[in-house]
Amino acid sequence: MLKRLKILWAGLRQLSGDDAYERYVHYYTTHQMHACQHHCEPLLSKKEFFKRWQDEKWQGIKRCC
Amino acid sequence: MNTSFQNFLWLLTAVLGAGAVGGIALNRGETIDALWFITAAVCIYVIAYRFYSAWIASKVLLLDKTRATPAERLDNGRDFVPTHRWIVFGHHFAAIAGPGPLVGPTLAAQFGYLPGTLWILIGAVLGGCVQDMVILFCSTRRDARSLGQMARDELGRLGGIAALIATFVIMIILIAVLGLVVVNAMKHSPWATFTVAATIPIAMVVGIYMRHFRPGQVLEASGLGVALLLLSVASGGWIDGNTELRGWFDHEGLTLAWWVMAYGFAAAILPVWLLLAPRDYLSTYVKLGTISLLAIAIVFLSPEIKMPAFTQFVDGTGPIFGGKLFPFVFITIACGAISGFHSLISSGTTPKLLTNELDIRMIGYGGMLLESFVAMMAMIAATVLDPGVFFAINSPSGVVGKEAIDAVAKITSWGYPVTVEQMQLLAKQMGESSLFARTGGAPSLAVGMASIFGSVFGEHLLALWYHFAIMFEAIFILTTLDAGTRVGRFMLQDMLGNIWPKMGETSWLPSVLFSSAIVVLSWGYFLYIGVIDPNGGVNILWPLFGIANQMLAAIALCVATGILIKSGKVKQAWITGLPLLWLIIITNCAAWEKLTSPDLRVGFFSAANDMATKLASGALPAEKAAIAPQLIFNLHLDGYLTIFFVVLLWLIVLDMLRMASRFLLGQTVLPSTEVPHRQTQLLAEWIRD
Repeated sequence: MLKRLKILWAGLRQLSGDDAYERYVHYYTTHQMHACQHHCEPLLSKKEFFKRWQDEKWQGIKRCC
Repeated sequence: MNTSFQNFLWLLTAVLGAGAVGGIALNRGETIDALWFITAAVCIYVIAYRFYSAWIASKVLLLDKTRATPAERLDNGRDFVPTHRWIVFGHHFAAIAGPGPLVGPTLAAQFGYLPGTLWILIGAVLGGCVQDMVILFCSTRRDARSLGQMARDELGRLGGIAALIATFVIMIILIAVLGLVVVNAMKHSPWATFTVAATIPIAMVVGIYMRHFRPGQVLEASGLGVALLLLSVASGGWIDGNTELRGWFDHEGLTLAWWVMAYGFAAAILPVWLLLAPRDYLSTYVKLGTISLLAIAIVFLSPEIKMPAFTQFVDGTGPIFGGKLFPFVFITIACGAISGFHSLISSGTTPKLLTNELDIRMIGYGGMLLESFVAMMAMIAATVLDPGVFFAINSPSGVVGKEAIDAVAKITSWGYPVTVEQMQLLAKQMGESSLFARTGGAPSLAVGMASIFGSVFGEHLLALWYHFAIMFEAIFILTTLDAGTRVGRFMLQDMLGNIWPKMGETSWLPSVLFSSAIVVLSWGYFLYIGVIDPNGGVNILWPLFGIANQMLAAIALCVATGILIKSGKVKQAWITGLPLLWLIIITNCAAWEKLTSPDLRVGFFSAANDMATKLASGALPAEKAAIAPQLIFNLHLDGYLTIFFVVLLWLIVLDMLRMASRFLLGQTVLPSTEVPHRQTQLLAEWIRD
């Protein structure tokens, strides 16, 4: 039961974007560090990341009738 | 489970579904249980999903689980992200389900419950779901390109331009008609106006909270927002009871229309984080929550449907909108059966999240099934009302008369008895001064929802439920309105950028102001005319929106059919070809009726001529004569717009047919832009399940 609630909570966080920064940090540590040797984009702060994520999310048609 | 038992279960589902459809089709009694509708819908959806969508996935599209998706190949941790399929499903559904499936079925209920119900079920499983799924597939195989880009790449420049223009025009009409629905729900209703107005500062508080106070804490901020929204619904009742304050929020339709336009302009130029994004979060939670609640309530309460299967208005004399059953029921219910707008979400947005191609079936086909179910619930909520009450709320004053006594006499004479006392009592219960002539679908849906919820949670809460339902619809109508205005602004800037590159800079203030103003003026014009039109505006605008939306669907199906033919799947191209043919038939028939019908409530030009003659002979009363020139101009404009839609549609259909015949004759066509196969590196199972 507790496990199910945890999955539900994790789903809700992912659906709303609540955990977007955590996922980004995870992505950064697993991809970016290995991928680039010469020129690396530094890890964004939570505020900076959220700004960029929100602005990107609202380019183009996102809602329908 | 062994196979024969499974087969038995499927057979049982089929028999049950057929029985339920037969039951609702043949019932001629006084009332019928709503549970029949739910049963018919669920059985049809389950069978269509299990067999038809599986067949399309494995035999036509040949979905390949070993093929890397754009989310995997182009993964950047931000917009291209491989995501669990249920999360993608949630995003996709939240994006496609707007006010359309709620408003359309409510209006189409004037024909009786049966035509709309059958079209919602059949249109979705054979048309809408297939469109969404195939477009999602095409875009996934093409680096998540948009519909417009695919039309240009696969059919040619003409197709691309047609898709772009169609999208822009449909957006304008859509925003105008949705604005009209909100205005009709708010006019002379201080409670509703206050609640809807309060959503704006609430969204701003949430926006500032997520951006500056606690950056990125989306759920925290949303929780706060939802609590404030509920508070605003409750305090609206208090405002309504306060003689001084209620005057501040008690306005004519036209005043409210100006405010809606000012709001749209502000939303298009303000930064997204302040208004648009937080409002969208709130509307998504409220939308998903209320729809689930409504589904549970309908299943458990199974209210009685009181509307007959057919009304006499199938002959085209309906009070809410003029026009015969064929083709207008198919135009009125677009979202919920087949909606061209979905192809804009299925291409471009959703494919960026897909982890595995196999998920296309569940998200594309399944997502649309769920939207169709929302339309079914709207149909149920509209038809559980007494037909007399339904028509009293939805008939514009131009048709039934301005005075309550005239309206009830007229509606009763149609065979749907209703009394002034009954309407007064209902209005009092809902906390409104009057419920007459609130055309547009939102108020009657709200009354339907309030009576369904009220029977569970107590009658004394009816007014609260009614205004909650109004807020629920208004909040996502306004979300579509502001998001649409902003997208329209970007599209216009993009188009103007081709003429003068400086205009294409999305952050150059003069360009931002100019293009936002043009977009707001465009839909604002239609909204203004809709508000001053004594026939309710919805009568003109909703069919225009339906034709535009179905035309966009036809364009999407042209792209899909073209791609299927080019991929050598000529024999299976009927899966999109037949819905395309049907859409061509209904949009052309509807356009023909709108252009040539002598019926003044259907034909644009005959209505314009009639009004011009009456104006010239002085037969119009003074107040009508004052607005007649504007209405005449508008009728002509709507007529030319319809012609434009039809021409656009035929251009792209002929372009697709030209491409297809060249391909079949072995001549050269534009090469397919499908990205070559690359083996997926994701251990698909752990991320998907």
